[in-house]
Amino acid sequence: MKTPLLTWLLRLVVMCVVGFLLLPAVVVFIAGFNDRAILSFPPQSFSLRWFERALTYPDFRHGLRNALIVMVWTSTISIVVGAAFAYALNRYEFRLKHTLEAILMSPLMIPHFTIGLGLLMLGTQMGFARTFGIVVFSHIVIVLPFVIRSVYISMQNLDPRLEKAATSLGAPPWRVLVTIVLPLLAPGLFSGWLFAAILSFNEFTGSLFVTSQATQTLPVAMYNYVREYADPTLAALSTIYIVITATLLTIANLYLGLGKVLNVEQSR
Amino acid sequence: MNSLADLPRTTDIAGQPNAAKPAVRIDGVSKAFGDVTALHEAWLAVGRGEFLTLLGPSGCGKTTILNLIAGFLEADSGEIFLDGAPITNDPAHKRQIGIVFQNYALFPHMTVEKNVGYGLRMRGVDKTEIARRVGEALELVKLPGYGGRRPRELSGGQQQRIALARALVIRPKVLLLDEPFSALDKNLRSAMQVELKEIQRSLGVSTVFVTHDQSEALSMSDRIAVMSAGRIRQIAAPGEIYRAPADRFVASFVGDTNIFQATRVSPTSVIVGGFLIDVMPGPLEGTIDGQEVELFARPEELSLTSAGAPGTLPAEVVTKVYQGGYSDFYVTTPLAAERVLVRIHGPAALELWPEGAKIGLVLPKTGANAFPPGE
Repeated sequence: MKTPLLTWLLRLVVMCVVGFLLLPAVVVFIAGFNDRAILSFPPQSFSLRWFERALTYPDFRHGLRNALIVMVWTSTISIVVGAAFAYALNRYEFRLKHTLEAILMSPLMIPHFTIGLGLLMLGTQMGFARTFGIVVFSHIVIVLPFVIRSVYISMQNLDPRLEKAATSLGAPPWRVLVTIVLPLLAPGLFSGWLFAAILSFNEFTGSLFVTSQATQTLPVAMYNYVREYADPTLAALSTIYIVITATLLTIANLYLGLGKVLNVEQSR
Repeated sequence: MNSLADLPRTTDIAGQPNAAKPAVRIDGVSKAFGDVTALHEAWLAVGRGEFLTLLGPSGCGKTTILNLIAGFLEADSGEIFLDGAPITNDPAHKRQIGIVFQNYALFPHMTVEKNVGYGLRMRGVDKTEIARRVGEALELVKLPGYGGRRPRELSGGQQQRIALARALVIRPKVLLLDEPFSALDKNLRSAMQVELKEIQRSLGVSTVFVTHDQSEALSMSDRIAVMSAGRIRQIAAPGEIYRAPADRFVASFVGDTNIFQATRVSPTSVIVGGFLIDVMPGPLEGTIDGQEVELFARPEELSLTSAGAPGTLPAEVVTKVYQGGYSDFYVTTPLAAERVLVRIHGPAALELWPEGAKIGLVLPKTGANAFPPGE
């Protein structure tokens, strides 16, 4: 049987879209192996020296360390705060619930540079402009809506009757939380944490305003680098970036695939 | 029921001397959600070892009562007693109550053993004692050796047994069942009903069962509380609910019924189509002789005979449905606004009259109920 024309067209469109999505990454990936000290495409000769430079350049090492510090604090604090808000939004009815929901989601509508600028001015006024605190704070503001969404969705799959059953069996609220709610939300919490971590690790626009020389994160260090040099180090670094993130996501997806099975079981 | 002689004899709070303390007592409890009153001042007592059913359509308040007893809801007014002690302000986890939910609510991340032992772990019972009692409970629900399985590996019926074992292992003061059979298919449902009833009786555990299924209520209960629109309409044994319903709602919600136009001639008799019929005393209080009322008759109280026979109403067969051991005839008669259902027993009943046949409808002389005309 011949495949209809329409199906072929559809496949073509899908392949084009996938191609466009991957194109920048592919160009950068290849450019990173160029031996010459210019960012150009396609490369004329092959070398791994820019990878070496990317991994040894002091600003990048420093930036990576800062980015990881900020990432861990941001994702951990925002998962705790986000989970608490998501739980409240999901389980309780209260006045101004919709207002709170709107406020929590509002960072989605505010440009990151506005958040960065606002916090910079506030930080300068109050004397904490050059600290990690302000960087972490700005990242939390930016990632919180995503975290709340992520936890909220997995919470909707959590049957309130499980908590009631545990309560009737004699579990006080904190033991219900520890023995029932947290284990069952673990996949959702973990994916929310990971989401927050990736967003924070990649965040640039807001960070540009609130970081100082001492607290600059890797994306900011990269931006500063590209203003001075035009060699393929950044391309090499981008490749490292992509490989690490992709690996993390793959592992997470394996874990979340399992999580989905658990959720189906619960809602049955 | 447990022997009443075993129970402590005291004066209860309502001042009734020598009344045994009921397992659960609900004294004038009301509950509203916003502007909607879910429960209007309910009064109810569940005896020791009794199987009491809260029966009614969805939204009638039966689940509200269950949640109030369990402590998942707070009463707006009134008091709730468990074994004679007030628990109205006790948090849910201190009430010592077992619950089986419609979807069983087994903890998906725990084995059967951990599920059943959960309540004992929360009470700090030691490990060997937990293992022993979990084993006993699994024995009781006929699933020994299932301790290592996960809930998702079990069938619906098995999940329900585990949920029951989990609720019973804590030796609850009262067992609450929230529509536990509605997720099971029909054959399994009747088997589980029998089994649950046997377990309940052998343990003598006081039970409150919530259902909208009147046949389930009739077959399982010691007593039934029929509810509608947040009010308890009647509390009585199944036979009494069926034979002597307190009002129109109970009469039409429990069992099939037919309604005929009637005229009251005395507090205990009415006339339908010229025939005098004795009715149950009670419901006609508040009406006067000569007033138009309605006669409620069960399908099996009616019978059919050849047209024009003395003592019959003229009727016509519209549809008939073969049901195996009996046949359902739907007939029309000028004295009933709706089609009348007549249930004739015997496997050969179906052949008696063809559809469209003119026949005579025989009303019961006694035992039917009459009510003032209603909504």
